[in-house]
Amino acid sequence: MDLSSINPVLFVAGFLVAATPLIFAALGELVAEKSGVLNLGVEGMMIIGAICGFATAVETGSPLLGFAAAAVGGAALSLLFAFLTQITLANQVASGLALTLFGLGFSALLGQSYVGVKPPRLAEVNFGPLHDIPVLGPILFSHDIVLYFGFALVVVVWAVLKYTRAGLILRAVGESHDAAHALGFRVVRIRTLAIMFGGACAGLGGAYISLIRVPQWTEGMTAGVGWIALALVVFASWKPWRLLLGAYLFGGITQLQLNLQGAGVAIPVEYLAMSPYIITILVLVVLSADKSAAPASLGRTFHASS
Amino acid sequence: MKLSTLLASAALALGLAGGAYADAHGKTKVGFVFVGPVGDGGWTYEHNQGRLAVEKEFGDKVETVFVESVAEGPDSERVMTQMALDGADLIFTTSFGYMDPTINIAAKFPDVKFEHATGYKRADNVSTYSARFYEGRAIQGHIAGKMTKSNVIGYIGSFPIPEVIRGINSAYIHAKKVNPDVEFKIVWAYTWFDPAKEADAAKVLIEQGADVILQHTDSTAPQAAAQEAGNVITFGQASDMAQYAPMPRVSSIIDNWAPYYIARTKAVMDGTWTSTDTWDGIGAGMVGIGEITDAVPAEVKEEALALKASIADGSYHPFTGPLKKQDGSDFLAEGETADDGTLAGMNFYVEGITGDIPN
Repeated sequence: MDLSSINPVLFVAGFLVAATPLIFAALGELVAEKSGVLNLGVEGMMIIGAICGFATAVETGSPLLGFAAAAVGGAALSLLFAFLTQITLANQVASGLALTLFGLGFSALLGQSYVGVKPPRLAEVNFGPLHDIPVLGPILFSHDIVLYFGFALVVVVWAVLKYTRAGLILRAVGESHDAAHALGFRVVRIRTLAIMFGGACAGLGGAYISLIRVPQWTEGMTAGVGWIALALVVFASWKPWRLLLGAYLFGGITQLQLNLQGAGVAIPVEYLAMSPYIITILVLVVLSADKSAAPASLGRTFHASS
Repeated sequence: MKLSTLLASAALALGLAGGAYADAHGKTKVGFVFVGPVGDGGWTYEHNQGRLAVEKEFGDKVETVFVESVAEGPDSERVMTQMALDGADLIFTTSFGYMDPTINIAAKFPDVKFEHATGYKRADNVSTYSARFYEGRAIQGHIAGKMTKSNVIGYIGSFPIPEVIRGINSAYIHAKKVNPDVEFKIVWAYTWFDPAKEADAAKVLIEQGADVILQHTDSTAPQAAAQEAGNVITFGQASDMAQYAPMPRVSSIIDNWAPYYIARTKAVMDGTWTSTDTWDGIGAGMVGIGEITDAVPAEVKEEALALKASIADGSYHPFTGPLKKQDGSDFLAEGETADDGTLAGMNFYVEGITGDIPN
């Protein structure tokens, strides 16, 4: 065992990067679920975002344009889900699963000519002297702009949901769409916007994997992150801060267990490998001992005539 | 009323299926179960190349079907059952974790031939086949031992199964031979295909000082991570991964399944198929060594090619004594070579590797 071979600074910086795709995807799903829509298509929207972002970044040479395209791509795919569930009133679970399958297949088709291509690099934000602070500098001030954007987005979503009228309306729609409808809110429109926000966020998360974390395009490269994001929303009991904590826990322990393996720590590898899932779930379940529950209308179909 | 409609439509469906079966009777139907996507650029990609080669060889006389990204375990039984019910004559199951499912399903469909890759359980209608990847690992180990400056070599393992352990041992023996100070850091990813996790594992190993990364997972993500890091070399796994040449990818192990798949399909067509156990290496062409790039010094390249030639013609076996096991007990005496049974079930590290093998 040689713990000194683990560099704590690189480790923390590494897990911030590992957690970011999860934060984006889970945050988008949180907003959609707060509006009462259960979209199981996160994985599909992520992978579409991954390829849209990758292709755009390669073609234009601009990673930021890539991220923009990823958000658009994810939102566009989510519109399909919105059409199915909000207009044609299809079952949300089935539509979401179909969206994942479609996204995985369609992204493989789009990505045919991008296998083995190296994407342009997104530069670190220049914080000037801040970057030179020992320990804190490399951990906090040596990342790309999208990582900070992900963190900021958590703050914004939390503030909007808690303190603004828009957030109140969104929650009202998610708790009781009939009551919200009776008050004159346009349930379908609000839900469609929430679904699109979820799609855009998932797309960003996917692009973060293909442009920053790996960086390359490979078929099916999200490999289940979307499903973890879905679980995270539930275990975070639909609260943005807990979601952030959960994502960091999951990303952190994933990185930690790889580091410990590399250092040859005498804990059986099986336990290390399962630890991110178990510890994240445990911590969030303990935290959610209060009375927070799912949005009451979650997954229920709404039609104005009912 | 409803029940009778249901029965009638079921009968109709059966009739139609039967008809389709009869129609396709002239064609030999070959199914493939893949563990990753065909575009993974590694393991599954090469199996799919083998499938395409079968189609090319036999043209209209054969029909191939495949299902990709099939989880190892119960879900694969469902896929195999469906293939068998759809009239497949021969089914290739191309990952170690399909071993028990293949045996289970083969017992239910005695007329369908099954071929399971990298496993060791056979039946009257189940053959096994694998390639001696460890021969390629020996060459990688040699190059890695010569090239490393930090003397730390990172190894991304997938699952602790004999095939992977054999590869680690073979690479370690040959790295150690040319560089006594070399140290292996092994990380188990517990997945065959998860680019993000593979990239993370590679990054962690690089952060911990590794300047050579060997992988036994299927995607090219570790190559991308090494390219990012700069002065790190890698080897293509299962496929050439030439898009990352000349750096970081300095060579590769290439699986060439096409000749085997063609021969076995032919055997089914001719009615000569029998249950066999095939284990071919560099000599038979099942394992290829990708071009060694100029990033490797000329003399190292020459040594590596000489090693390859001696393995190919059988004059050298990568597991030749004297070798000890990790616990210090004797494994092979001076000049003794490991037999296939020992190799197939290898579940121990050789002396010098630190860490435990997960159960």
